Amino acid sequence: MTTDVISDITEAEQGSSLWHDAWLRLRKNKMALFGGITLLLFVIIAILTPLIAPYSYETQNLDLGATPPSAAHWLGTDIFGRDLLTQVMYGGRISLAVGFVATSVALVIGITWGAIAGYVGGRVDAVMMRLVDILYALPFMIFIVLLMVVFGRNVLLLFLAIGAVEWLTMARIMRSQVQQLRQQEFVEAAISLGLPPHTIIRRHLIPNALGPIIVYTTLTIPSVMLLEAFLSFLGLGIQPPQTSWGLLISYGAETMEEFPWLLIFPGLALTLTLFSLNFLGDGLRDALDVRRSKD
Amino acid sequence: MSLLEVNDLQVSFVTRMGTNKAVDGISFSVEIGKITAIIGESGSGKSVACYSMLGLIPQPPGRIDGGQALFEGQDLLQMSEAQLREIRGRDIAMIFQDPMTCLNPFMTIGKQLVEPLLYHKDVSKEQAKRRAIELLEEVGIRDPEDTFDNFPHQFSGGMRQRVMIAMALINEPKLLIADEPTTALDVTIQAQILKLIAELQTKRDIGVIFISHDLAVVADIADQIIVMQQGKVVEGGDSQHIFHNAEHPYTQKLLSAIPADSKQPMEGETEPLIQVRKLCTWFEQGKNKEPVKAVNDVSFDINRGEVLGLVGESGSGKSTIGRSILRLVPITSGQVSFDETDVTQLQGGNLKNFRRRMQMIFQDPFASLNPRMTVFDTLAEPLLLHGIANRKTVASGVLKLMDDVGLARNFVRKYPHEFSGGQRQRIAIGRALATSPEFVVADEPVSALDVTIQAQILDLMQDLGKEYGLTMLFVSHDLAVVRHLADRILVLYKGEIVEQGTGEDLFERPQQEYTRQLLQSIPGRALLS
Repeated sequence: MTTDVISDITEAEQGSSLWHDAWLRLRKNKMALFGGITLLLFVIIAILTPLIAPYSYETQNLDLGATPPSAAHWLGTDIFGRDLLTQVMYGGRISLAVGFVATSVALVIGITWGAIAGYVGGRVDAVMMRLVDILYALPFMIFIVLLMVVFGRNVLLLFLAIGAVEWLTMARIMRSQVQQLRQQEFVEAAISLGLPPHTIIRRHLIPNALGPIIVYTTLTIPSVMLLEAFLSFLGLGIQPPQTSWGLLISYGAETMEEFPWLLIFPGLALTLTLFSLNFLGDGLRDALDVRRSKD
Repeated sequence: MSLLEVNDLQVSFVTRMGTNKAVDGISFSVEIGKITAIIGESGSGKSVACYSMLGLIPQPPGRIDGGQALFEGQDLLQMSEAQLREIRGRDIAMIFQDPMTCLNPFMTIGKQLVEPLLYHKDVSKEQAKRRAIELLEEVGIRDPEDTFDNFPHQFSGGMRQRVMIAMALINEPKLLIADEPTTALDVTIQAQILKLIAELQTKRDIGVIFISHDLAVVADIADQIIVMQQGKVVEGGDSQHIFHNAEHPYTQKLLSAIPADSKQPMEGETEPLIQVRKLCTWFEQGKNKEPVKAVNDVSFDINRGEVLGLVGESGSGKSTIGRSILRLVPITSGQVSFDETDVTQLQGGNLKNFRRRMQMIFQDPFASLNPRMTVFDTLAEPLLLHGIANRKTVASGVLKLMDDVGLARNFVRKYPHEFSGGQRQRIAIGRALATSPEFVVADEPVSALDVTIQAQILDLMQDLGKEYGLTMLFVSHDLAVVRHLADRILVLYKGEIVEQGTGEDLFERPQQEYTRQLLQSIPGRALLS
């Protein structure tokens, strides 16, 4: 018995118990697993696209024009005769990258910023949050245009710019969570054990604040993808012949009545991604909430 | 005829895990003009029994399996929701444990008082207001005319409970159900509320059901006592009989859980480990406002190996003293030295090193444990932080701590929410002892626990205190508990020490009026002597 317990502990020590247990619980959640696998599949396809895409995304075939799905072109072609499947695959590269990179940037900055402001409090908090307010007040478009003008148009810069705007809300959510949590006695207990502030924030505050953050993240990724489409539409983001799901959808919407497949398939790809994200997000939130588990 | 007669009441909760019989065939009666106390620990079914009669348990998962609850001859269990609503608040009223959560913070107490009156009786707003003010006066609210339009947060805990009582009485109920009405209150306030309930009950000639986990609390007021355990009545009868001739072992256990002895002070002289000199901890209230002087010019010593009790009501600054010594709140002025080092000046590595030697046990074991850390993580953290164990030895270190505090080893991977209050407090004690500290501040470590569990935790602390050679500052509002554990006691009032001495000194020869008042507030004093 005793030896069992000890071997069990050493096994758990590989990582923190919370994440280990969360993974065990997530594995039991079918919907979350479905979401995770779908996303993983999309990411793999996106990475391999240059190798497996059936056509080139640039080659136009004006004689062919827009054709509905067929054996040669599974998802049909657009008005310039380009293969839609190829475009959706290349568009996925951009959209997924924007979604994940920009959101990760927002997460890292937002969580760190919010947690520090909420934990330290006082003047530091006031200064940090006023800065957030100022950035909030800055017109987003002008901010991005400025960045583009100063640094030139660049996909990576676009990612960073979007992330740099999205972190503001993340920081606010994190701060209010941390402010509530730091009143709790377990934080005082951690202080009296002599833990340094960064460890308290990392180990005691952030894991307890993750619920709302995860929910907000699953909302941020799609909104970031749509933001990219909007910027590209204005000529500030991706330019043809490069494309993204957002751009494909907005072009598809223009010709929806004559060529519905141009809207349906890119739309389907985006919808499937969003569903998967939501399932995975909900699953993660439940898996991290140890009180929900019944095992 | 009895006012309320309960026969063979059975209530169960149906969950996915199976059916749980919360109330398993209990019978009792409540007479007009008598107080019936129902005593039992958390989960004994004492609250469920009363709530189910009034249709106040959610169904499902709750389910009433059988029995009768005859209120003035009518069976409450057979009534429709509409009939019950008529009776609730008019004929049967309730008082709950936590007056803050039961009052709507966005409504003035006046509005909340008048509401049930307007709902149940045909009166004008003017009459209702007059009635409410009379009642506030009766329950001891000063200047009810002025405070009528105040919000709940403007009252203290005791005053809020009085407002709750007024609200319960406003429709002149025949039966009052009080569910742990004093558990969230200080000892002195508790004594006042108990007295108020007893007075009102005599004056109005109503029946009262008083639910509590603590036999001592009801000792002075109950006429009848029913002791419940695991959904069953184990013993019931006249309160004198219960206190003096209890037969059932569980009742005897409850009685013996009331701390009634005085600890013998330590033999021999030792040098002081902690010296507090002219300590002031004030909290700024913002500009142009006087700071709150939570601790004001306090000086005392704690000798090595001694347990020093610190007694006072909420707001007396007793917790703040403990936190000031541990550097958990910034002090305003004064000196605290620990083993001849001034701890108020420590920084960085020195401070961390010092924290290893002084630990704290908190009041609320539900808040003091990180809900997302397993027992293992919680106990391993201090061991690893201070280099007491390394990655290889930490498992055995954690298990030793669990053995010491009496937790089964196979709980090691569980999270705090899977434990009861007493078990959680054991985890918290284990965490505090992980660094083998020399000094521990215990801030009301048992006041959130049931009486029987209290006794266990106190015993545990006493044993561990000896084993680890601890010096302890034991903070509590409960004089009886402190006397049981402490070598010397300091009595604190409004941030200042008013009296000090051994438990025997204070109990036998109190010098100050305030100490006498505290002594008189100890519930069930009659039982102690």
